[in-house]
Amino acid sequence: MLEGLLIGLSTALSPINLMMVVGGCLIGTFIGMLPGLGPMSIIAIMIPVAITLGDPTAALILLAGVYYGAIFGGSTSSILLNAPGVAGTVATSFDGYPMAKRGEAGKALTIAAVASFAGGTIGAILLMIFAPALSSVALLFHSAEYFALMVVGLSAIAAFAGTGQVGKALMMTLLGLIMATVGEGALFNMPRFTMGMMDLQSGFSFITLAMAMFALPEAMFLVLKPRRADTPDDKGGDGKITGLRFSRAEGRAILPVIGRQSVQGFFIGVLPGAGATIASFLGYAVERNIASAEEQKEFGKGSVKGLAAPETANNAACTGSFVPLLTLGIPGSGTTAILLGALIALNVTPGPRLMVDAPEVFWAVIVSMYIGNLVLLILNLPLIPYIAKILSIPRAYLIPFILFFTLMGSYIGQNNSTELLILVGFGVCATILRFADYPLAPLLIGFILGRMLEDNFSRSMQLYDGISFVWERPMTLALLVLALLLVLLPSYRAKRARDRQRGVADGD
Amino acid sequence: MALDRWIALIFVVLCCIYAYAAFFTMDDLLPPFMQRNPIWPSTFPKVLAVMGILAGLVVLLGLEKPDPTAADRTPDIDYRRLTDYKLGQALTLLAAMVAYALLLRPIGFLAATVLFLSAGAMILGERKLYILIPVAALATGIVWYLVQEVLGIFLSPYPAFL
Repeated sequence: MLEGLLIGLSTALSPINLMMVVGGCLIGTFIGMLPGLGPMSIIAIMIPVAITLGDPTAALILLAGVYYGAIFGGSTSSILLNAPGVAGTVATSFDGYPMAKRGEAGKALTIAAVASFAGGTIGAILLMIFAPALSSVALLFHSAEYFALMVVGLSAIAAFAGTGQVGKALMMTLLGLIMATVGEGALFNMPRFTMGMMDLQSGFSFITLAMAMFALPEAMFLVLKPRRADTPDDKGGDGKITGLRFSRAEGRAILPVIGRQSVQGFFIGVLPGAGATIASFLGYAVERNIASAEEQKEFGKGSVKGLAAPETANNAACTGSFVPLLTLGIPGSGTTAILLGALIALNVTPGPRLMVDAPEVFWAVIVSMYIGNLVLLILNLPLIPYIAKILSIPRAYLIPFILFFTLMGSYIGQNNSTELLILVGFGVCATILRFADYPLAPLLIGFILGRMLEDNFSRSMQLYDGISFVWERPMTLALLVLALLLVLLPSYRAKRARDRQRGVADGD
Repeated sequence: MALDRWIALIFVVLCCIYAYAAFFTMDDLLPPFMQRNPIWPSTFPKVLAVMGILAGLVVLLGLEKPDPTAADRTPDIDYRRLTDYKLGQALTLLAAMVAYALLLRPIGFLAATVLFLSAGAMILGERKLYILIPVAALATGIVWYLVQEVLGIFLSPYPAFL
């Protein structure tokens, strides 16, 4: 592990990579602060830049920096404006915004930054311990197990990521998988489902799809419903962020919270489909429940504990979500799915072989997590009052620029204006899907995993001359049964809850 | 019928077309030597098509009842009252994006982008052209320089006839 850390240090501390961390964190904070633009959109917009860097390590470091920065920026707008830029920071606004209204915006931002730093750093240490162990187990897997593991991952995402409606999430996953079969596959040298169109020969571009699924609907929602207009009197701390310090007593109060939430957040982040949002809400709820009765009353009115809990948890969860990505090559969230797509575009396949084949990528990413968290704490925090100025850019300028960057992102990758029409078309479909409350992350994850899923499926079929690998390999069978349970469990629980409710209504 | 079930209906229809293509048309093109393989290019799509139809039917027929204990989520935007929101602006912006895609090659990156950024801001209510156009031109120039010189990706800057 020490050797790996040294490799990572020497790679991550190279000037260009350091620049990537700092730049990524700054850009991420900047854009993450804008209400409505989540980390997925920001990363999707940054991917063309990352890909043209050509170096997978630098690219992944840049994107990971953007990811942290975006979460941090999201907390800033939660605290200052009560307008979370990111779903993972909604819980931050519960106590952060009341603090800002009391005139303690500076203190709230510092606590958020310190909690994020601690969560991210402890998460990175846990990642360093668990990833290699998991990776060595995963090295024993064959294509049949891989196929089954991906099915488990996809079902877990459908089961947890949905809004309680597994059917919808499964539908979206399958739509993503179906879209992945369009174009010429690696395994068979024949185009499929291209309907004779040359533009579809190489399949849909994942960047275009990512933009269309996340960036465009978010921009459309901003147009349809201007959020800032909803909160005219919410001038929590515009430009007057003072007093960045917190007291020793407050420090002592948040210390145990940080310790608990960084571990809990990390493990929630590891689970596919859970991620930063669930981790932050759960963290908040847990800390409120175990706090003393007196402290409980403070929650929601500007409690430092209530601010530190979600901040620690969401950053630890972000780090945790790298575990399945780096060790199994299976993304557990929309954001890591986009990172996976970027890596594949750079000819790096994350998975258990990553630590063997490209240890510098693996360790540099881990080391850059420490650096990134440090950058957020010492560089971004003092800059926040200036960065927060971006919130005063008029909407009439902001939205055309967001749309323009979305268009550019998909155009640069392909240099083809048909791609832009595809983007707008898919973007409209995605917006309609969001109206109907269909989760979009499963679609993108299905799309990105689709090719790999089919490759592993085909290889196992060829090896076993048929479907028999499903029951001849106990591990595969167990994983597939687990996948089935994951999909069926929510409906079973819902049925039981309904029965119980009916029972109460009947009076028995 | 609610919007989500209409979407499920469309999805099921799409899956049926996909299934038809996978089951009945794809294998005709298969060279004979590949037919001995246990796996064909159409195998995986066939599986997906069947599962897709099943999942779509679950949503379409409302077989999955929502969990009553789950938090009641109200989406950001109620699509039934879409006209209450700034629908006109959204549609005009989409049209502007399509126009941008179609104009990008003929009139070049620089002109198309300045036009798009200015038009976008004007759609959203900006009227101060003396600020808007310089800002758009400056931003376009910076982005063009960054993409062309720093990232090294060619963007044809001028109209096609030049």
